[in-house]
Amino acid sequence: MTETEYQHPLMAAYWKQLDTSFPQVEEVFEDCMAEALSVLTREGLDAYLEAGRVIGKLGRGVEPMLAFLEEWPSTAKAVGEAALPAVMALIWRTQKSPNGRAIAPFLQTLAPVGRRLQSAEQLQHYLDITLDLMERTTGSIHGHHTTFPSPGLPDFLAQAPNLLNQLTLAGLKNWVEYGIRNYGNHPERQKDYFSLQSADSRAVLQRERHGTLLVDVEHKLDLYLRGLWQDGDQLVPYSTAFDEIRKPIPYYDRLGIRLPDVFDDWISPLPPGGGGVGGEGERISGIDRYRAVLAHIVGHRRWSEAQIADNWSPFQRMAVEFFEDCRIETLLIREYPGLRRLFLALHPKPIEGACNPETTSCLRHRMAMLSRALLDPDHGYSDAALNDFAARFHAVMEAGESSTEEIAALALSYVAKTRRQSDQFARVHFDDTVVEYRDDNRQLWKFIESGDEEEAFDEKRKIEPGEEIQGLPPRHYPEWDYASQTYRPDWASVYAALHPSGQAADIDKLLAKHGALAKRLKKMLDLLKPQDKVRIRYQEEGSELDLDVAIRSLIDFKGGATPDPRINMSHRTDGRDIAVMLLLDLSESLNEKAAGSDQTILELSQEAVSLLAWAIDKLGDPFAIAGFHSNTRHDVRYLHIKGYSERWNDDVKARLAAMQAGYSTRMGAAMRHAAHYLGARSADKKLMLILTDGMPSDVDTHDDRLLIEDARQAVKELDQQGIFTYCISLDPKADEYVSDIFGRQYTVIDHVERLPERLPQLFMALTK
Amino acid sequence: MTDKDQYKVEQEPFYQQQKNEVALYEAAYRNRLPVMVKGPTGCGKSRFVEYMAWKLNKPLITVACNEDMTASDLVGRYLLEANGTRWLDGPLTVAARIGAICYLDEIVEARQDTTVVIHPLTDHRRTLPLDKKGELIHAHPDFQLVISYNPGYQTLMKDLKQSTKQRFTAFDFDYPDAALEAQIVAKETGMDEVVAAKLVKIGGVARNLKGHGLDEGISTRLLVYAAVLIKDGVAPRDACRMALVRPITDDADIRDTLDHAIDATFA
Repeated sequence: MTETEYQHPLMAAYWKQLDTSFPQVEEVFEDCMAEALSVLTREGLDAYLEAGRVIGKLGRGVEPMLAFLEEWPSTAKAVGEAALPAVMALIWRTQKSPNGRAIAPFLQTLAPVGRRLQSAEQLQHYLDITLDLMERTTGSIHGHHTTFPSPGLPDFLAQAPNLLNQLTLAGLKNWVEYGIRNYGNHPERQKDYFSLQSADSRAVLQRERHGTLLVDVEHKLDLYLRGLWQDGDQLVPYSTAFDEIRKPIPYYDRLGIRLPDVFDDWISPLPPGGGGVGGEGERISGIDRYRAVLAHIVGHRRWSEAQIADNWSPFQRMAVEFFEDCRIETLLIREYPGLRRLFLALHPKPIEGACNPETTSCLRHRMAMLSRALLDPDHGYSDAALNDFAARFHAVMEAGESSTEEIAALALSYVAKTRRQSDQFARVHFDDTVVEYRDDNRQLWKFIESGDEEEAFDEKRKIEPGEEIQGLPPRHYPEWDYASQTYRPDWASVYAALHPSGQAADIDKLLAKHGALAKRLKKMLDLLKPQDKVRIRYQEEGSELDLDVAIRSLIDFKGGATPDPRINMSHRTDGRDIAVMLLLDLSESLNEKAAGSDQTILELSQEAVSLLAWAIDKLGDPFAIAGFHSNTRHDVRYLHIKGYSERWNDDVKARLAAMQAGYSTRMGAAMRHAAHYLGARSADKKLMLILTDGMPSDVDTHDDRLLIEDARQAVKELDQQGIFTYCISLDPKADEYVSDIFGRQYTVIDHVERLPERLPQLFMALTK
Repeated sequence: MTDKDQYKVEQEPFYQQQKNEVALYEAAYRNRLPVMVKGPTGCGKSRFVEYMAWKLNKPLITVACNEDMTASDLVGRYLLEANGTRWLDGPLTVAARIGAICYLDEIVEARQDTTVVIHPLTDHRRTLPLDKKGELIHAHPDFQLVISYNPGYQTLMKDLKQSTKQRFTAFDFDYPDAALEAQIVAKETGMDEVVAAKLVKIGGVARNLKGHGLDEGISTRLLVYAAVLIKDGVAPRDACRMALVRPITDDADIRDTLDHAIDATFA
């Protein structure tokens, strides 16, 4: 290795201070120092070189050192050079753990992270999050010592700048927290999560994002379209989080209006040259940005006509698009003058002369300036052609709505008039020329010949013969994670299907067997029925004299006071309006024999449910029956036995007769799905009866509390939807957990063999 | 017995004819046909009836119906007095005796049995039996019955029976078109027409949302309120929020949308 000779004695001293012999470092050293000298103070420079020296001696190769030397000056510029000790502390911690490999990615992304965070405190928070992630995901065997590196850490560090672009630090913390909690013990999944590969990683990211999410304001935007524009269409979000290089632009087609999934508040840049008015540019909220996009699209739908594109050059087409956009916006502003403020705040204000036509293609810049001028009466541009065309544009618009064709002619003559040789240059001036709220204008063009650039966006997807869809697609429900007090988004997949059928006669036989019981029940049912008369008192006119009031009135009258004339009463019928959902746990444990009986719990449940169904049918309340079991969160099965619109007939009985038990009990998901049906009923009272023989559990869940807490959360959700849940538990040990889930709304039936008798009685007592 | 003049409409109410409803009403009145006026709230139903009473120079007795109203509230009742009872005519009976136009506002609000008592008055018989009093009143030749109701509120429980509906000729009212409505607002309040047109525009936005979270759009009456507030010096945006948006909805999304419409309209 050769000792480099630096001409400048100072540079040589620095090189000596760095004390390294990596040739790769040597290559960039001068550049790095030049940047460092311009940013760092004298002390900062010493610390920089010292830190570089230390990192070089870590024994991790050249990568970390290179990354540090290149990244630190710009990081220091963003967060201040005083943050160095904190960064070094983290590097030391990492070095001493098995995670040494993560030092390089950490340093490589430090500068973009620093630029995003902009302060030493914020950076400290980021470092804390990183450290936390490292310590909690670094594996150990038998609890002895930390021996395995954290699988997700390098991926996390690589993603950090991207993440911080979309999340606040608090959001990042939540996102990391979720990953640690759910994938702490699963190296491969953890990697997927922290590299943003897995679906729930993206879902949680989406939840924590800053800005206005489309899903949150969709209803408002629907109302906006309908109310202000008498238009309406499907609003389809596209994701802005994962396309880094080519940001999608709003557009619309047959299937709906495509909008970005999130809009941050927009702060328009300060007008150049100070301006002095207010300290900050105008702030446009995310929802208003959505409204601007929608208004623009509505404008196209109302007033634009597709033009044949083949005969025009790309430049000409671009000019036509700019002119047409301005035309419809002028019309929109005519409709709602307040839109001018909104459009102008979002529209860039290109600076005249910012683009040098000698070296750069200025067409975009010219068009953006013109577009600004057409909308903004106080544009202040002095260009003669621009002002001339602005005047011509306004003259055309003065006459009425004009048309796409007419405005296109104007656009073409503008292009012809202002054309320059440099428009063909490869270097294009892009600054301040993108109008954020405009769509991509794909509807403005029709092509007679399909060219190369045509992409088949909306080609119909054909379903291969082999992959025909079996049954309904699953519905996804969230699950409550009590440890973090958050929902896991779209966690459980519920497949709904019709229960297989058996012999209806079996159920009739069961009912015959309980003939005596049925007779007793019938008496109770009859008592339940006529309770629906309500007396209304204090009526001037009514069907009967209310004696109490009449006598009081008479006394008043005899005493010389003004008597109350409302001495009658009448009756009003008050019908039962209860919708019932009976949800049966069909898990494996039902196959066990009931204590002190030679029947299985399943058979007893079958009898009980048959009797109850018969009783409810007699009462005339609308009711549905469904069973559920689960085999991990990916396969929760929800089996329809009776729907609300079905009668209590042989079809239903046949399904009930075929009841079978298997798998586990993921109760929360099944309850949420059942509530989806019950919630849609229009009854006054909604009752969900859950018949179960054990506590919620599933094979993929090791924490017993988790599904219990989830079920408890489901009960709360149902309560908010106005659904009364009631649990009938056949588990003698249920007292330990069932009140945690259902509060006081449960009964434990100890003598399972008495279930057929108890169940209908319970129902009647509940609904009396 | 009863002072007929107290029911007269003294001053000409402002009413802007929308189509030919004035002539049609006059024809109905000439033949003493009962009239039903339908339409959303605040679109000028009551104003129209008032105007016609003034134009025809007939007394007008208005009864606002509510759900506790009984037949005797319309027809009359015996009052207890220290030395016996005294019969008191109800508004319908008074109208039939003196020959007034009896206007039952929002008739569907009244109990179903109440509406039946008007039946004999509305067909060829033109009589009103007072069964409690044992009297049969033959309606005065000038008597006419007008009812109004708002089909927008229609629920299963509150609808007129066919037998009632088919005793009336009917006018279907709606909010006037934008230009006319702006004129009305301007004339009613003395507001300039440009601002009035903006108010009407906001009204239109809300009317588009009817059925999508709003039961009723913004009525002409509310537009007039807003104009009155603006006339009094209230800033237009505040006046609109106060008079147009806050009264009609509690739904945050709709409120936001309408607020935005106000901002977009009053640039």
